[in-house]
Amino acid sequence: MIRSQVLICGGTGCTSSGSAVLIDEFENRIQENGLSDEVKIVRTGCFGLCALGPVVIVYPDGTFYSRVQKEDVAEIVTEHLLKGRIVERLVYSDVDESVKEEAAHVSLSDTTFYKSQRRVALRNCGVINPESIEEYIAMDGYAALGKALTEMTPEEVIKCVMDSGLRGRGGGGFPTGKKWSFTAANKADQKYVVCNADEGDPGAFMDRSVLEGDPSCIVEAMAICGYATGATEGYIYVRAEYPIAVARLKIAIEQAREYGLLGKNIFDSGFDFDLHVRLGAGAFVCGEETALMTSIEGNRGEPRPRPPYPAVKGLFGKPTTENNVETFANIPQIILKGADWFASMGTEKSKGTKVFALGGKINNTGLVEVPMGTTLREVIEEIGGGIPHGKKFKAAQTGGPSGGCIPASLMDTPIDYDNLTAIGCMMGSGGLIVMDEDNCMVDIAKFFLNFTVDESCGKCTPCRVGTKRLLEILDKITSGKGTLEDIDKLEDLCYYIKNNSLCGLGQTAPNPVLATLKFFREEYISHVVDKKCPAGVCKDLLTYKIVKDTCFGCGMCAKQCPADAIKVTDYTAPGKKKPAYEIDPDKCIKCGACMSTCKFKAIVKE
Amino acid sequence: MKSLAELAAIKEKMQNKVVMREGSGDIRVVVGMATCGIAAGARPVLNTFVEEINNEGLAGNVTVTQTGCIGICQYEPVVEIFEAGKEKVTYVKMTAEKAKEVVEKHLKGGNVIEEYTMTNA
Repeated sequence: MIRSQVLICGGTGCTSSGSAVLIDEFENRIQENGLSDEVKIVRTGCFGLCALGPVVIVYPDGTFYSRVQKEDVAEIVTEHLLKGRIVERLVYSDVDESVKEEAAHVSLSDTTFYKSQRRVALRNCGVINPESIEEYIAMDGYAALGKALTEMTPEEVIKCVMDSGLRGRGGGGFPTGKKWSFTAANKADQKYVVCNADEGDPGAFMDRSVLEGDPSCIVEAMAICGYATGATEGYIYVRAEYPIAVARLKIAIEQAREYGLLGKNIFDSGFDFDLHVRLGAGAFVCGEETALMTSIEGNRGEPRPRPPYPAVKGLFGKPTTENNVETFANIPQIILKGADWFASMGTEKSKGTKVFALGGKINNTGLVEVPMGTTLREVIEEIGGGIPHGKKFKAAQTGGPSGGCIPASLMDTPIDYDNLTAIGCMMGSGGLIVMDEDNCMVDIAKFFLNFTVDESCGKCTPCRVGTKRLLEILDKITSGKGTLEDIDKLEDLCYYIKNNSLCGLGQTAPNPVLATLKFFREEYISHVVDKKCPAGVCKDLLTYKIVKDTCFGCGMCAKQCPADAIKVTDYTAPGKKKPAYEIDPDKCIKCGACMSTCKFKAIVKE
Repeated sequence: MKSLAELAAIKEKMQNKVVMREGSGDIRVVVGMATCGIAAGARPVLNTFVEEINNEGLAGNVTVTQTGCIGICQYEPVVEIFEAGKEKVTYVKMTAEKAKEVVEKHLKGGNVIEEYTMTNA
């Protein structure tokens, strides 16, 4: 009889920090101690707190161990699993002191990271074994499909999704129920359901985590969508760079077929549905819905003009419903708990919750799910644990290369689709990259433009040529050769590309530039007028100097310098006992090695 | 899969495997599992509790955990039962048989078995 379960995160984050080794080690140690019949090891999906991986949770007490190493396993097994003594030194305990004093042991839900989260799309991630459909069923899995097929008409399913107020989580924010009704309204001999799992934004990994942690949920949701729209076949388009997600998805589909949850006559309702997995080769443009379908069809991933919309003429020319992973992840619970339950969360026009992938300059890198309308401040300062090293928050980039930045002054804006659009940002898929005072906003815009220039498919000129020109102007500005006219030209070109590109990639590619221009124009101006980079990032605008008065003359900087640019210039300066060092600006490559070596803070960059 | 009943049957069968992860129940059974406890035979006691609680279908609101030495080694195996709003009950010198009885009479029936408690030892 199992009395205790050890949940080990098998998501990509923790796998890369070594959780696979832990699983073997736990198995060995548990066997050694004769606990095999009493303790079960479960490999789960992502818990969300990737910064502290590998993460291990021991139930029934719910003890949350973080950064567990192979050497720690023996101690956890003999102390905790055998003798019931929690290994305090490994416990993650970022909780209020009041909670700490009250509770005998700290449970996961008490930590500041989890306390204000509300998990809907991620509800099973880190809770069930994603490779076991039975565990999914035990958590009410497939009950929604059963309910839809046996008790609801397709129209009722669509109405339920529409009433819930769910909007597309891939970034566009189009009402999901409406999308379904369009496909349902079209008559055809064959219709399709497509799941967009081609998560391409740098820094976004919520779709991957859902697929890794709860793949059956997507299978179920797609079947529900098929029933509602009259489709009998579905495709999941997932990046080949997500090997764990692909493997688990295939297992989930196989298990669903074995149980007859996919296939012919599901729940004896006469409804047939089956799924296929297609791997994407990693082109960013394939996340755009029409390019994605072109790619599934076996062609080069290029977008096609809309209309006709996919609901009319989609995959293989048939009516198609395409939704993002996170959108689908909400569906089963909406059907099960009702539209009102879902609509009770969030703001007036954005219902439910949103998953954000926190990255960049933040303490708790990881995955969080909060109700719509939560402010950026709460997400960053409370759940995210603030900025490392006591630095000041400058801005957060939402929506990756298609989005914009939210500056510190707008930190109290409730996050939802319409508020973000109103301030010139975009919800995007939910990547949230945090930047502090050391980030140069022009450099950030350049980073994202670099990405879109690489990823532009080249089909339409505004995007192919326009983004390249944008990048060239940004290059000019960051290298100190820019003029004030360049800034105006930059802005004009942005609007031109936005208005004339064929697909979402080009239409949103200038967003990072426009948003940084809007909120940080003075930074652009100091690059071109003062020829200075205020954050000290753009190398061409920097000079490193040794402050003679504070220099101790130890010579450490000269030893560290890889370019041999630091030399003793004066051995016998009058009144000085030590040699004077100087940096030769012609040789200096601005790597900053001298500055981080100097113990006396005698080297400055300006 | 042909019916909701079929689905419910799988769910039923699997429920006790995942229920442990849904957070602690209303009642906590804590078994002393330090060296003294193990030497006195705490492991069969612990396993009996887990098994019986599952058999009786109480796993949803009873959590079984271990703890270290509480300092009364001569009374081991010690089992403490915590219930919200009630006073802690401490059973001492437990055996697998006594554990079965505690599940039956105390956890299920709600009656403390006075003769096994600390006060009567």
